[in-house]
Amino acid sequence: MKSLKLIGLAFGASIALSSAAFAQDVTIAVAGPMTGGESAFGRQMKNGAEMAVADLNAAGGVNGKKLALDVEDDACDPKQARSVAEKIAGAKIPFVAGHYCSSSSIPASEAYADGNVLQITPASTNPLFTERKLWNVARVCGRDDQQGLIAAQFIAKNFKGKNIAILNDKTTYGKGLADETKKALNKAGVTEKMNESYNKGDKDFNAIVSRLKRDNIDLVFVGGYHQEAGLILRQMRDQGLKTVLMAGDAMNDKEFASITGPAAEGTLFTFGPDPRNKPTAKAIVEKFKAKNIDPEGYTLYTYAAMQVWTQAVAKAKTTDPKKVMETIKGGEWDTVLGKLSFDAKGDIKVIDYVVYKWDAKGNYAEINPKGS
Amino acid sequence: MDYFAQQLINGLVLGSIYGLIAIGYTMVYGIVGMINFAHGDIFMIGGFIALITFLILVSLGLTAVPVILLVVLLVAMAITALYGWTVERIAYRPLRHSFRLAPMLSAIGMSFVLMNYSQVAQGARVKPIPPLITGGHTLHESADGFVVQLSNVQILVVVTTIVLLSIFTWLVSHTRLGRDMRACEQDQTMAALLGVDVDRTISMTFVIGAALAAVAGLMYLLYYGLVDFFMGFVAGIKAFTAAVLGGIGSLPGAMLGGLAIGLIETFWSAYFSVEYKDVAAFSILIVVLIFMPTGLLGRPEVEKV
Repeated sequence: MKSLKLIGLAFGASIALSSAAFAQDVTIAVAGPMTGGESAFGRQMKNGAEMAVADLNAAGGVNGKKLALDVEDDACDPKQARSVAEKIAGAKIPFVAGHYCSSSSIPASEAYADGNVLQITPASTNPLFTERKLWNVARVCGRDDQQGLIAAQFIAKNFKGKNIAILNDKTTYGKGLADETKKALNKAGVTEKMNESYNKGDKDFNAIVSRLKRDNIDLVFVGGYHQEAGLILRQMRDQGLKTVLMAGDAMNDKEFASITGPAAEGTLFTFGPDPRNKPTAKAIVEKFKAKNIDPEGYTLYTYAAMQVWTQAVAKAKTTDPKKVMETIKGGEWDTVLGKLSFDAKGDIKVIDYVVYKWDAKGNYAEINPKGS
Repeated sequence: MDYFAQQLINGLVLGSIYGLIAIGYTMVYGIVGMINFAHGDIFMIGGFIALITFLILVSLGLTAVPVILLVVLLVAMAITALYGWTVERIAYRPLRHSFRLAPMLSAIGMSFVLMNYSQVAQGARVKPIPPLITGGHTLHESADGFVVQLSNVQILVVVTTIVLLSIFTWLVSHTRLGRDMRACEQDQTMAALLGVDVDRTISMTFVIGAALAAVAGLMYLLYYGLVDFFMGFVAGIKAFTAAVLGGIGSLPGAMLGGLAIGLIETFWSAYFSVEYKDVAAFSILIVVLIFMPTGLLGRPEVEKV
């Protein structure tokens, strides 16, 4: 019976929260996986958005109005993302920072376009997100064709003549990234020895690990999310494999190391240059640290997405999504990530992916690809 | 050959975990003729209790791994059994004499309640633990450098499964409780007339099933290193399939079905494509059910007049 009471309590609390939000002046939303396997990243987005809204309100809000934040959960599920998008559009919220999974962002973006909502994703890297010429989308992160290229260059340089395997989890993000990496690798004259896909949500990868072992794979590139990559790594070490695992930007949360333990050592992934080290981010990083939050991964990207929108609204003097989007694409914005400007599709103009490496203590740092 | 051996090990370990969960389904079906859809979530609860107990013991400063494991095993079995008993008492017993589908719907509802309860109480995130049992043994190294590796966790999973299965088979075939259970399975009214406490026997069935699910939860936690609130769903479906494949109602059948599903998935992934392993497992289920409608070891249901 206790469980029923708890659910009732949670339900009541969520109603109270949402009605409080609508009593405010301008409500904006952050949408991402607040529950489920990817919730570590939903938490990053929520932290970034909450801090951004608090800071923007402290600086006077936008056009004389205060901002309120609506947090929505898509659980990295396309269907749920679509219904979240319809809910946000129905509530006449003009701006959403979201989503995390590309497989959520893309279907949601169509509902946002129909419902007149401007969408800036802090984290979805699949090229298709901005390639469909929707008026309402932009992103503050890079794209998988750029990310895959950097990964492929690194592999071609450092694993020359070694056996490479590529795995993907069949999701929009995972398969997209794996395909881009494969394309760039093949162009560089490297042919992978194995190319397989697995199901997102699987826990047992022992069969696939034994295949890697049979084929003497030296490096496995995983197009997928951190939980499955962590389990693959752990099961590789259990079976005595020394194979290096490399993956994309979905690896940048400390939760990866808590799944793998010390086995994380040597694992590689690509991501933008650490936003926490940017001079523009210093003061904000301190503020996060004071609240005992490590603003890793996409925390500051979410913060930046909120900044871009607020500055564009101040310049356009309206929250009308179409006018704000025109303003965003026509200007340059001072964000925590530095100066950002957008092309006609909504992609940022300057992107630079770098390679990171995990150490045995569960930390990751940029490595210099030229030096190793 | 070495590659085959390695995949065989992988399949057997996976199958053991499926089998442990499948026993819970099959026991309940055998005695009350209903599918306990909440069983997968009882398994999940077992995993969480094992995790919480483990964290408490570590924070108390305990470091001896065998002691930790034993305490965690006992605590997880005890508390999860309590959950199993409570679920039966709240959701199934009041519906015992209702129409046939009622307890099954109630079970589906219970499954959601348990899943959401853990989500609210434990959070929506994945809960990992650091590797507790490390190391392993190299069984054989072939000329081309392929090493057949058997890790200590894998040994533990298989040994625990065998020991528990033996204990429970003995329990059902040689004890008073087992006799009562078999009597209830055959004819509840007759059993009641002959002095068997039917309610108590059914409760005990749920308790035993839940305790085994807790063991499976602990093994899962040790083997994969994480638990989450939705892990009961997929594992439950697989174990249910295993129970049906083995012949629902039969104890050795559930174990055999679990092993079969584990081996099919593994070998399909090993020699064909990983992405269609579930398709392979379910296709074989269909083929088996076409030719053996009661599963591998199931007995045809006799209409009681």
